Amino acid sequence: MSPERSANMDVEMVRAALAAAVPGCQVEIIANSRPAAQHSLLVDAEHAVAIAEFLRDDAALRLDYCSNVTGIDWPMKDGGGYLEAVYHLYSMEKKHGPLVLRLRTLDRVAAVHLPSLAPVWRSAELQEREIFDLFGIQFDGHPDLRRLLMWEGFAGHPMRRDYVEPDDYEYEPTAHETVLQKAQQHQREAER
Amino acid sequence: MTSMTTAELERQQAEMGFDDGASHLLEVSMGPQHPSTHGVFRMDVVLDGERIVKLKPVFGYLHRNHEKIAESETYLGSMPYTDRLDYLCSLTNNWGYALAVERLAGITVPERAEYLRVIVAELTRLQNHACLIGFLLQDMGASGTPLMYAFRERETILDLFESLTGARMMCNYLRFGGCRVDATPEWLRQAQQAVEAFPKFLDEYEQLLTGNEILVARTQGVGLLPKDMAVQAGITGPTLRASGINYDVRKVDGYGIYDRFAFRVPLGEHGDVFDRYMIRLLEMRESIAILRQALREIPAGPVQDARTKLRGFRPKPGEAYARIESPKGELGFYLVSDGSANPYRYRVRPPSLINLTVLEEMCLGRNVADVVVTLGSIDIVMGEVDR
Amino acid sequence: MRGILAVDAQLKTELQRQGIFATTLQELYNWGRKNSLWPLNFGLACCAIEMIASTMARYDLARFGAEVFRPSPRQADLMIVAGTVTKKMAPQVVRLYNQMPEPKYVIAMGACAISGGPFKQGYNVLKGIDRFIPVDVYIPGCPPRPEALIDALLTLQKKIDAQTLTGPNQPRCADAAAPSEFLVPQFGAHDLEPPQNPAVWHPPLVQIAPAQPVAATQSTAGAHES
Repeated sequence: MSPERSANMDVEMVRAALAAAVPGCQVEIIANSRPAAQHSLLVDAEHAVAIAEFLRDDAALRLDYCSNVTGIDWPMKDGGGYLEAVYHLYSMEKKHGPLVLRLRTLDRVAAVHLPSLAPVWRSAELQEREIFDLFGIQFDGHPDLRRLLMWEGFAGHPMRRDYVEPDDYEYEPTAHETVLQKAQQHQREAER
Repeated sequence: MTSMTTAELERQQAEMGFDDGASHLLEVSMGPQHPSTHGVFRMDVVLDGERIVKLKPVFGYLHRNHEKIAESETYLGSMPYTDRLDYLCSLTNNWGYALAVERLAGITVPERAEYLRVIVAELTRLQNHACLIGFLLQDMGASGTPLMYAFRERETILDLFESLTGARMMCNYLRFGGCRVDATPEWLRQAQQAVEAFPKFLDEYEQLLTGNEILVARTQGVGLLPKDMAVQAGITGPTLRASGINYDVRKVDGYGIYDRFAFRVPLGEHGDVFDRYMIRLLEMRESIAILRQALREIPAGPVQDARTKLRGFRPKPGEAYARIESPKGELGFYLVSDGSANPYRYRVRPPSLINLTVLEEMCLGRNVADVVVTLGSIDIVMGEVDR
Repeated sequence: MRGILAVDAQLKTELQRQGIFATTLQELYNWGRKNSLWPLNFGLACCAIEMIASTMARYDLARFGAEVFRPSPRQADLMIVAGTVTKKMAPQVVRLYNQMPEPKYVIAMGACAISGGPFKQGYNVLKGIDRFIPVDVYIPGCPPRPEALIDALLTLQKKIDAQTLTGPNQPRCADAAAPSEFLVPQFGAHDLEPPQNPAVWHPPLVQIAPAQPVAATQSTAGAHES
């Protein structure tokens, strides 16, 4: 693998700095065994905004650039499962990164609220809207939380693992297995 | 041409503060079918005369579920889909994805393949920037000529892509651990020729455009993007550098073998449309420098890592985020593996979408015609915006 | 029709040599329509770039009378559906088609416009624009090369040339009973409502190889018994 000029962040160091700067915050390191070794920090929702502001403004870290914000649906984990928002932070000033932040909801149905980090990093604005649209995480404090990609009045969150897609394959003479199975199902119904 | 129901429209109008018929404000839906909006992009604008009072981009008209489909595809099976993200730059998209998989599984890339990647990526950058300037001028009303010049050059580069990869646009050329096929010496010679001919085109282009009074009048001081706002909003690529921030992922990360190349990062000063136009021209000249060096130094050897199993590829559980400097900006791929043959989560960080975050601020108080030019200078492709 | 009005081809050439042009209204009408197809300046996705490329200097669509891309549907005769039609975009496409004046034609350019193409599995992808509007020419490819688009245009020209003023092969605009506007679908909770226009499209009768031969034999046996 090619050498990276901007090295990954030392998550232990960041956690220590956070513990000192944001009293009471709970930060857990999620190790990543892959060669990329991008370990992430699981932070508690309550202190997330304070943590984000510290990471952005701290003179040594200066993570002023929030590159990627995305959601992940984990329906099988911890009983009822949870939704996760992942933030990849870099510093344009110091030219280091990424630092990976994770936030988790309590479950997938009712307690799907997370604090929005869009007031801290404007670049999260559209991406959090996208997560709200496709995964259904409610970002509290987001300036304009509407659906981004699907239309208003659309029901459900299509990127969730258990989303059932509209069945609109009437006929598909195709080699694609899942499509073919649906088409055969239709044909059986039509024959009946 | 709005798709809203009347009730929705009324509610929105009430929010905007003009619910009575006596208001002098006018709501116009620019797009999704509009000759200037680069595909199916829509902006809901509120106008006071010609002046923009409010502008809300509306997305999703090309949301074709790339990320969802990738969850049921194999890792290799997603490669052709990346071609169709930013469909002007299929090869850089390939690279971003290949890089993410390589980070995820710890795959090394042979030397010659690294050089080929740089060559095809920089050729992609050349044709993207040339087309962008053509489209920008088209948006300004220069109907035809600049775009025709740009497409003439694009065709010579597409010929190269076609003879190397078999396709003009959807090249599907990179593989994790290398490239799909090797380039012949004849191809490298043709590439050399195309590269050597390119500065002449740039000179011609600049002579035609850069000093042009109309272009200067339409672009200078238009669509201003201040430095701090650009960083805050996560703007990347030429649009960011036009605002004077020195941040090029090729330099910062030095991914691939970019740290071996001598090239400069052009920076703007004002962050207006003119700077963004000039950045593209200057970047093309730097790309030519990179291409010359790459074509000179390319070593012999294999183009695919022999230990990498492309079919039946199952990376161990974990995740990786990799990013490259695509012609549009920072293109990132985030992969989460659960150890199966399909990615558990596959995410594209689309520069085109995030670069639109502050479009409203860049356009407020300007005329409708300036919106079109500002949007054109940001360089978006809807395939990537909506995915 | 043709029997009454068509002029003997040999006689026509002979007359032309003398500087006399004899024609029929039908020929004149078709000649005019087929040689000035004004496409709608309307790109959806990747194929739109190839559509633009085909109008540029190398492929030069203007040679066939179709270079006048109009940004307004009111001035266009030809809709080139160039790219993936998403469910969010489909009502807009139908509305644009409805706004075009007759005679009007549709080319479905590329795999996505034909059937959803590589994005067929997508929850937001319409599986072919012919579910809502009538399509005259389909060109496969992902994206089709500019040559393919030119071929589609020539195919459409041939199709127009073969039309008669009356009878079953008349252009739709000549038939007062034929519809010029089609149903615009509405956004539903998960899909468009209706998901396809039954007046335009119904699933073709394609026999798909059965997944489980056992189950298929059983169902056939059942049919025989009843």
